[in-house]
Amino acid sequence: MLSIKNLHASVEGKEILKGINLEIKAGEVHAIMGPNGSGKSTLSQVLAGNEAFEITGGEVTLNGDNLLDLPTEERAREGIFLAFQYPVEIPGVSNLQFLRTAVNAMRKHRGEEEMNAAEFMKLAKEVSKQVDLDPAFLKRGVNEGFSGGEKKRNEIMQALLLQPKLAILDETDSGLDIDALQVVSNGVNALRAEDRAILMVTHYQRLLNHIVPDYVHVLAGGKIVKSGGRELALELEERGYGWLGIKDEDTSN
Amino acid sequence: MATTDKEVKELIKREYEHGFVTEIESDTFEPGLNEDVIRRLSELKQEPEFMLEWRLKAYRRWLEMDEPEWAHVDFPKVDYNAISYYSAPKKKEDMPQSLDEVDPELLRTYEKLGIPLHERAKLAGVAVDAVFDSVSVATTFKEPLEKAGVIFCPISEAVQKYPELVKKYLGSVVPAGDNYFAALNSAVFSDGSFVYIPKGVRCPMELSTYFRINAANTGQFERTLIIAEEGSYVSYLEGCTAPMRDENQLHAAVVELVILDDAQIKYSTVQNWYPGDENGKGGIYNFVTKRAACIGKNAKVSWTQVETGSAITWKYPSCVLRGENSVGEFYSVALTHNFQQADTGTKMIHLGKNTKSTIISKGISAGRSSNAYRGLVKFGPGADGARNFTQCDSLLIGDRCGAHTFPYIESKNKSAIVEHEATTSKVSDEQMFLCRQRGIDPEQAVSMIVNGFCKEVFKELPMEFAVEAGKLLEVSLEGSVG
Repeated sequence: MLSIKNLHASVEGKEILKGINLEIKAGEVHAIMGPNGSGKSTLSQVLAGNEAFEITGGEVTLNGDNLLDLPTEERAREGIFLAFQYPVEIPGVSNLQFLRTAVNAMRKHRGEEEMNAAEFMKLAKEVSKQVDLDPAFLKRGVNEGFSGGEKKRNEIMQALLLQPKLAILDETDSGLDIDALQVVSNGVNALRAEDRAILMVTHYQRLLNHIVPDYVHVLAGGKIVKSGGRELALELEERGYGWLGIKDEDTSN
Repeated sequence: MATTDKEVKELIKREYEHGFVTEIESDTFEPGLNEDVIRRLSELKQEPEFMLEWRLKAYRRWLEMDEPEWAHVDFPKVDYNAISYYSAPKKKEDMPQSLDEVDPELLRTYEKLGIPLHERAKLAGVAVDAVFDSVSVATTFKEPLEKAGVIFCPISEAVQKYPELVKKYLGSVVPAGDNYFAALNSAVFSDGSFVYIPKGVRCPMELSTYFRINAANTGQFERTLIIAEEGSYVSYLEGCTAPMRDENQLHAAVVELVILDDAQIKYSTVQNWYPGDENGKGGIYNFVTKRAACIGKNAKVSWTQVETGSAITWKYPSCVLRGENSVGEFYSVALTHNFQQADTGTKMIHLGKNTKSTIISKGISAGRSSNAYRGLVKFGPGADGARNFTQCDSLLIGDRCGAHTFPYIESKNKSAIVEHEATTSKVSDEQMFLCRQRGIDPEQAVSMIVNGFCKEVFKELPMEFAVEAGKLLEVSLEGSVG
């Protein structure tokens, strides 16, 4: 489904990604781990099309089509979803209005009829329950005054509403207490499907106890230095990054 | 990244929606202004003698005055002798007696504008007075209003039919010599609306006026006077459009509101005069004086305005809070784009005890435009216990526009309380990225973010106007994302 070949990217002239290669097939869950500053978040942002990053080499295809030529919103409509690490606030715009606009943009792209306010309200209420969010949240401004955990649950709710082909979760576990982590993980597990891929970016192994990945990759210095199965994450937890020749003052836990 | 350049260019090319010119026979004065022009105008309108005298007095005052230069706007001097001071659609016979007699071409114009004039007016329950260039063309719903004792008619008609009311109140809030443009308006005003709500009457429907400038080289000087007697209530809506023309056109209106004991006026404006093209050519000069006098106890006035049009806007709807416990409110959204310039705000003059005022101003600047909020909050010596709350927010789109805030506070009473909050923010790249990542078009994202920013003001607008205002912002913002 997603094919990344020798991807290079930089921000403000500084190269962050230095030749990433990765193949993700439908139905798979991949985890990308790595120390701080290794380029994990950059990879998520670049895939989603954040224009603050410059692509300096390589190619990315989604189901055979060149992804890098598409503007952000078209990538989204083709099924790329990014759950943000730090979701931004949009004051005065209700979550409900924001989500309906997004859902209808996707529906329009697929040639489907747009949902009216009542239909959408019903759908949104159902989905909000899946991540244990009070439907009252729908009426509040986008991320306005949300706690860290509420923001993360809100992101997963959006993924559930938009039903992407590839969901990229950027540090979705950061700042969550154990109960919230469970809720968010349940939401992500509900996303797992044969025709959908999930790419999780995380610093900590603990998320992978809740969402069990098919593959684990270690990103360091802008490259994938090691790939393996679920056991690689456990090994990282036990041994840190040092044995891979990676320096990191803030490792596994 | 090569993104939506093509889309954006197409959007920029999209034209001002109301920019058509109506082919209609009209009687238009030769350009130029002198006492004879005023006499002709007054005669044409069959005005009583007192009106002509009033106009001439204003004209003589105007001649002695200088054009104000303190506003944060920049434009070439207006040649007042190059403007025609009267233009009216030529009547087939006499004045139309009903809508059926109104020139169909004119009705089609209003239809294009989306004005609910005909049957739609009845469905919407809105009584409309439509001013086309200089004369009032049709007033709907006269009968049910008359039943309630409400007078809603062109001001030219009121001058003839209700001279006592006009004599008593015209110029009582905005005197002829108040300022340069008010003096000019007093001398040459051609039409406008007159509303009188008798004691204890709640006006059975929202009243509405649509203004349109059609003829070239014509100034529009409408005058609106609304009187709310004791315990009465009225909600009044005003909308404005003009065709696209390369030359600038002058619009200098005066609106006076008189509010007696326990009465309330809610005055809403959606101003969408032609703003000029993307290079700053053409557009309306909108120099307007609007003021409300809360004469009585517990009188209340709310100004709500959405200003998206005009090349230059110079407008400060104000409240004189004379009556004890009277309340003044000002809710404003002013959006400027391309080369538009706006200097707008309000004046809250607290004279009576325990008077209260609220100012919520939202300025949005895009393109190379300049947007200034200018507000005065003044407390007289008798304004014991008076208070004001001001919130003034600016939103910038892009990095070539400007936002300015000029708050003035004058207090002659120690017990008065003033609160002032101000913020400036930008539509951030992060907000845009979030919206686009969810599949939303950049243009739609900006409009959604701006609508959110304006929410506090939009909720003050009557329902159908709020919808219109939201759409208008969307259209006005087109091409603001590059």
